[in-house]
Amino acid sequence: MPDKPKVAFYWCASCGGCEESIVDLAEDILGVVAAVDIMFWPVAMDFKKSDVETIADGGLLVAMINGAVRTSEQEEMAKLLRRKSTLVVAYGSCAHMGGIPGLANQFDREQIMKYVYEDSPSTVNADHARPVPATGNGGPTLPAFRSMVRALDQVIDVDYYLPGCPPVPRMLKAAIGTLLSGKLPPKGTVLGPDTGLCEECPRKETKPADLSYTAFHRPHEVTIKEETCLLAQGVVCMGPATRGGCGAQCIAGNMPCTGCFGPTSRVRDQGAKILSAIASSVAAKDTEGIDRTLATIPDPVGTFYRYGLPGSLLRRKIADHN
Amino acid sequence: MPERNGHDAPRIGFYVCHCGHNIAGTVDVAAVAKFAATLPNVVVARDYKYMCSDPGQELITTDIREEKLNRIVVASCSPLLHEHTFRVATQKGGLNPFFFQMVNIRENVSWVNDDGKAATAKACDLVRAAVRRVAVHRALETKHVRIHPDVLIVGAGISGIHAALTLANAGKKVTLVEREPTIGGHMAMFDKTFPTLDCAACILTPKMSAVKNHPNITLWSYSEVTEVSGYVGNYTVKVKRKPRYVSEELCVGCMECIDACVYKEGKTPDEFNQGLSKRKPVYIPFPQATPQVVLIDPETCIEFKSGRCKKTCVEKCDRNAIDFKQKEEIREINVGAIILSTGFKTFDAKRIPYYGYGKFPNVYSSIEVERLVNASGPTSGELILRDGRRPKTVGIIHCVGSRDKNTNRWCSRTCCMYSLKLAHLLKEHSHAEVYNFYIDIRAAGKAYEEFYDKLLEENIHFIRGRVAEVTDWCARPEEKGKLIIRVEDTMIGVVRRVPVDMVVLAVGMEPNADAQDVRRMFNISCSTEGFFLERHPKLAPVDTFTDGIYIAGACQGPKDIPDSVAQAGAAAAQALSLIDAGEVELEPNTAYVVEEDCSGCKSCLAICPYSAISRDEAKQKAVINEALCKGCGTCVATCPSGAIRQNLFEDEQIFSEIRGLLEADEPILTGGEA
Amino acid sequence: MTTTAEQANGWEPRIVAFFCNWCTYTAADLAGVSRLRHAPNARIIRVMCSGRLDPQFVLDAFARGADGVLVGGCHPGDCHYMEGNYKALRRVRLLERMLDGMGIHRDRFRLEWISASEGEKVKTTINDMVARVRALGPLALPAKFADWDREMDELEHAVAAQTEDVHA
Repeated sequence: MPDKPKVAFYWCASCGGCEESIVDLAEDILGVVAAVDIMFWPVAMDFKKSDVETIADGGLLVAMINGAVRTSEQEEMAKLLRRKSTLVVAYGSCAHMGGIPGLANQFDREQIMKYVYEDSPSTVNADHARPVPATGNGGPTLPAFRSMVRALDQVIDVDYYLPGCPPVPRMLKAAIGTLLSGKLPPKGTVLGPDTGLCEECPRKETKPADLSYTAFHRPHEVTIKEETCLLAQGVVCMGPATRGGCGAQCIAGNMPCTGCFGPTSRVRDQGAKILSAIASSVAAKDTEGIDRTLATIPDPVGTFYRYGLPGSLLRRKIADHN
Repeated sequence: MPERNGHDAPRIGFYVCHCGHNIAGTVDVAAVAKFAATLPNVVVARDYKYMCSDPGQELITTDIREEKLNRIVVASCSPLLHEHTFRVATQKGGLNPFFFQMVNIRENVSWVNDDGKAATAKACDLVRAAVRRVAVHRALETKHVRIHPDVLIVGAGISGIHAALTLANAGKKVTLVEREPTIGGHMAMFDKTFPTLDCAACILTPKMSAVKNHPNITLWSYSEVTEVSGYVGNYTVKVKRKPRYVSEELCVGCMECIDACVYKEGKTPDEFNQGLSKRKPVYIPFPQATPQVVLIDPETCIEFKSGRCKKTCVEKCDRNAIDFKQKEEIREINVGAIILSTGFKTFDAKRIPYYGYGKFPNVYSSIEVERLVNASGPTSGELILRDGRRPKTVGIIHCVGSRDKNTNRWCSRTCCMYSLKLAHLLKEHSHAEVYNFYIDIRAAGKAYEEFYDKLLEENIHFIRGRVAEVTDWCARPEEKGKLIIRVEDTMIGVVRRVPVDMVVLAVGMEPNADAQDVRRMFNISCSTEGFFLERHPKLAPVDTFTDGIYIAGACQGPKDIPDSVAQAGAAAAQALSLIDAGEVELEPNTAYVVEEDCSGCKSCLAICPYSAISRDEAKQKAVINEALCKGCGTCVATCPSGAIRQNLFEDEQIFSEIRGLLEADEPILTGGEA
Repeated sequence: MTTTAEQANGWEPRIVAFFCNWCTYTAADLAGVSRLRHAPNARIIRVMCSGRLDPQFVLDAFARGADGVLVGGCHPGDCHYMEGNYKALRRVRLLERMLDGMGIHRDRFRLEWISASEGEKVKTTINDMVARVRALGPLALPAKFADWDREMDELEHAVAAQTEDVHA
């Protein structure tokens, strides 16, 4: 009997939601387990690094790596899995574009360390102790905490991307089927539809053709009407600039899309594009009026780059006004 | 990864022009060619003295054939000048003309830099950008549109009249729209014209009459354009015909209704006579008005205000031409070309309060004086002031509202000559002492200087100095009852007080008050001063940046009658050139929606000011009407999923250009980026 | 601030300028025709309308090494395509705030309305912008990206060494 294809799952700077999404396959997971040999899945069972090291180079069919890359340990594991694997899939928003952890790119390393270890309200640290990478004497070492958050393809070569925070089980199932079929799409493809979310949004018909904005509202500031397009209600929804495929689940939960699937393949910077689409339709024509309307979006970087900051064109905030 | 064009690998021919000394004097063109040869996909790199010349273009066509080139880049002057030339050369060589990119290293580089090293480096960056860009150009087809042979002319002063007659005589159907009840514009108000002292009405009325009688001219007086849509060769225009309450077909201009009006005398300031006389509610602007049809002013006519007039006018009219029920009409016409000859307005002298206009009754504007000395004017040509006196001394102040940073900076070009003319006429009518207060005498036209010479012999007094003030405050008893002009006589270096009975202000020429509204309606630009903007001040004075729309006369800038007529002829010639060519090529830089990429998010629908984007409800996607798209690209930048592309300005092309500009020291980027 | 090292290296600000065809590009040509010499640091990319300006272009220019980005369009009310410049203005106002949030100094990104007859304004705008960017020093994002990514280099060798050990 021929060997079953070998796969690995790994999590970098991750919340664990992507791992859960695999479990969310529910009964379908039995089909997966039957079709492949899982050689490495530390979240699920007691796998060690040496389990990966003993695999021959290219011995894995695919490594599905989720989470952003922040520490040297994550880099090391990513590079190791890259060697050992024929294909690497960047799984979930963090691996795809940096994800929510990517918002840390608005701060530099020192700002983060100082806040986490000293300034945060619940921290007591009179000695101003900070983590040290090594004590010497062969004692324990800590991985290096890098200066910025990276998407997976900024560290290793990536073959495919499965978008979403987390990816939806339906798309995971389809992706596995594709990878096992041998009929592989072009390298670098994002495994999902390539049109904006509005295409599958049930509220599309309620969006007026002549929508123009005088003010925006954050979700907690208004009662969001069900069944009416969120943008039409002045709530910033990333849907138009976000790849579809998720079934518009957030909209079904009466909340706006926040852009976790990233942009379509024709767009190089999702945040810039949604900025363009929304700003273009501001009603005012004079600078003061325009500014007044746009002031109701208090945090453009956080809003437009919620998942995609490391993967954006600028990647991170440049240290103090450069 | 982004889809490639599906072309063979690019084989680029690069050419840099010396442009004689213009480029090569600053930019090291040999070095630029050498540099270009090192760039990706460049197969041929040459420098040549004059690329736009025939041999220069032949270099391109020969190389395409012999080196199997499929892209061309020329670094020379501005694309606004020669892009078309080189596209044609590219096409002659057998390639689609849009596989061409131009680099501006003259207007943007050699002409604005003296530092050869910096200029050459800049040229190289721009060349690299073009080489990157042209590699991702696509083949495009130019659109050809047929030209509708009819013409619309807006404004029937001397310019509009002349253009209309020229085109009508060439066999074209002209619609001539004029907002006043009569054609003739400002020229109809003048008494005599300089330098010949021809009677304005005598030389104008035959032309007005010709307009009325020409079978090819449809004259819509008392009408205004309200809406314009379309594009060169295919304009649709809505014209509002205002109600005269008199039928144009039936009225013969006998004017007996005016005599019969229940008003025994006029009570409303007469617009044509600049408010110096009064008219009745039923009136005609002046006796030779064309069309010779009266009109009724609903604001002052008793029948309109109360509904209870005896209507003696109706009784008197044996043609039954009066119709109080007449309604405004909107008409729609299709034309291929439009000429705007909407004229000017005079500077409002009230804006210079220290000249006393509107304060002292005997301070007049020049246009008021034209009516005063006119035999058919409010005083039948007698020089009688508002207070009934005949002036013994007159002061004419030049440059009122011109050459002045407090009001208008420009020179209004006609005022010196008309001030000299008025000086002559005033002296002739009254034998008064006439003083002209001037800064310079601008008498540049044919026979103008000679006219000035003649005046010097007529004992007209010329004082060089900008008048500081017109006052009625007397310093000496002899000044009582007069207006004192205070001026520094710069020839003798003394401040003088010149007492006069009458002051004439030579008011400048300005754009019409609604020039901005009009130009927006026709989608042309205005210059900073507010006159309609010509395409090129020297080489294209009557074209605008909007194809198919031409300008002529004072609406383009202050000018006299000879120049207005010349421009009107030029505009007519341009229109004829367009129409007789039969069709015109449009640049194919339109935008289109890639259907499979569109998510139906509707972000683009309201973005287009030409309403070129609509929603296909069946497919739930946006679709762009190519005929309406003007190629601005705003929708392309708006589309949040990159589903709209603009020919010639695709995202990929611009990104390539950006990359080429900056990649001089491009370090290796990690991951992601191709 | 420009360091002395940068000045010694002969660093010159690189400005990418997006000019609209009908107004600003024509004005730049007019500046050339009028021989109005000005700083050579601006490289012009011609677009038909300032409304074509996609914010991605601005970010891409910075990411590829531009020290400044200038956008030129027709004055409000004068856009050849009626309203493209209003859309550009709205996008620019939001983009300015976003660039602030990304630590890029305001002086590096500028929107200027320049009409076809304002050749002089092209000259003064470019000169002024170059002076301001020169005072700020290079942005040099590609070099910064490379610099930041160097922190991962040491790891390459370590990983290579480790795996050699395992297979040895």
